[in-house]
Amino acid sequence: MTATARKVEQRALRGAIRIEDAVKIYGDPESGVVAVDHCSLECPPGEITMVVGPSGCGKTTLLNAIAGFHSLTSGKIYLDGELLCGPGRPKADPGPERIVVFQNGALFPWKTNLDNVIFGPVMQGTMSASEARDKARVLMAEAGLSSIVHEYPGQVSSGMRRRVEIVRALMNDPKVLLLDEPYRALDALTKSVMHESLLQTCYRNRVTVFFITHDLEEAIFLGDQVAIMTSRPCRTKKILKVDLPHPRDHHTRTTKRFRELMDETMETVHEEAQKAFELGEREG
Amino acid sequence: MQTSRYGMQVELALYRLKAWLKSPSPYLMLLGFALMIGFWWLSVEVWKLPRFAGMPGPTVVLREWLSPNPEFGLSIYTPEYYIHILTSLQRVLIAFALATLIGVPLGLIIGWSQTAREYIFPVLEMLRPIPALAWVPLAILMFSSSEGPVIFVTFLPAFFATALNSMLGVHSIDENYFRAASCLGAKRWQVFRHIVVPGSLPYIFTGLQISIGLAWFSLVAGEMISGEYGLGYVIYTSYTMVSYPTIVIGMITLGIVGYVSSALIRLVGMMLMRWHSRELGLDGL
Repeated sequence: MTATARKVEQRALRGAIRIEDAVKIYGDPESGVVAVDHCSLECPPGEITMVVGPSGCGKTTLLNAIAGFHSLTSGKIYLDGELLCGPGRPKADPGPERIVVFQNGALFPWKTNLDNVIFGPVMQGTMSASEARDKARVLMAEAGLSSIVHEYPGQVSSGMRRRVEIVRALMNDPKVLLLDEPYRALDALTKSVMHESLLQTCYRNRVTVFFITHDLEEAIFLGDQVAIMTSRPCRTKKILKVDLPHPRDHHTRTTKRFRELMDETMETVHEEAQKAFELGEREG
Repeated sequence: MQTSRYGMQVELALYRLKAWLKSPSPYLMLLGFALMIGFWWLSVEVWKLPRFAGMPGPTVVLREWLSPNPEFGLSIYTPEYYIHILTSLQRVLIAFALATLIGVPLGLIIGWSQTAREYIFPVLEMLRPIPALAWVPLAILMFSSSEGPVIFVTFLPAFFATALNSMLGVHSIDENYFRAASCLGAKRWQVFRHIVVPGSLPYIFTGLQISIGLAWFSLVAGEMISGEYGLGYVIYTSYTMVSYPTIVIGMITLGIVGYVSSALIRLVGMMLMRWHSRELGLDGL
């Protein structure tokens, strides 16, 4: 084994997330709204876990607990065997080892794309501004973003903004990327390009990805495993290992195995969507 | 590189000027002024409408304003005219600078810190509706100089507007920016410097424009009561001395100086927030 391969191998071992019996109740513990109910999930290190479920089912609550934006009512979350949150520590501290890419994007509009990308290491003091700029230029070039380095986020397309945001996350060498429906607002063609670009990024930087979506096709195309969640309260209903070979590209979508996996999961997802819909009807 | 960029900016400015001259807006603006002055002229000088008859008409005012030997002693040829403008300008600038220097940091802090807000905000909200004029007696008691009370009265409403808008500016910042900053490892002070301050700028500058308007507004009130020079003083003494055209000269001058000062602040704001104008598609580059 070569030195670099070993390095990649060692790094692949980072970023294992284990969620045990997570419960989140909004409001009063007795009568409040149960968003997450005894949910357990394991995200293997260096793999992409796609979390699929109907809108508003509580997936984001789970993500917020891993990121450290919200507390859990009970349950534990581990990162590489270390307790992030659990008894006596209801809320994890947000930090650069777990970086969130938001649904609507959170690039700072008052900073240029380059200044956004170097924000993490410069704030943490792990790199000087000029070192960070050099690294940022390399990563942005790899992601095909060289031409927009000095533009402001508001000047570029939303697909580009998402790519900048992922580069901003990677600059910190995170263990985990937490993505909350990042491609929701994109059109189908841009989405397909973004998917391939994300896979390329993951092949280059082994990082654990926790990716929320309600697009089943997206889930199967990107995921090493797909966790299908129940509609409110959120619980793990089924875990599907996606055995499509890597590297994947847009041809993967037309293979027989891809269709089979779609068929296999469609039933389960549809069932939950139906439940969520009926629940919504009754509440509405 | 740098020069070509400036060259491009000059070219862009010229292009915008040409586009503006081709658009209907400058002519509508002139028409607006013409209508206002025309109405004034007709009602006072031509029709001599009942309540308007005693007032100075536009030709009288203009003749007085541009006369080398003004009948009532004040025109663009008399040095006193400029002393009055400069005195008022100086008071407004001091009051506005103080309001900005104290109001912006205070507003940002009460917007950002829950505890600070609980202490300070109710007090501010109670003091804010009190008109500047109501402060005049206390201001005169508080400051022994003649300048002090006028500047204080000018400062107060400007300060409240600035502080309140700066606070709203912090509240307008999307929660996700704070979350992203904490993910990326920014510490509390860094969040203030890199998120709170730039994120509030659009509201801060809205506040500053309101603030300068209010400063002029209350300056005149202050000058009518205390002070020896200034445009408010001109208006008030001209009334007591029955020199009516001079009142209007003072009023128009106030309007012009106030308009220019707001425009300057708008310009500074646009320069500081290039990202904002670009995002809104207001900037061609």
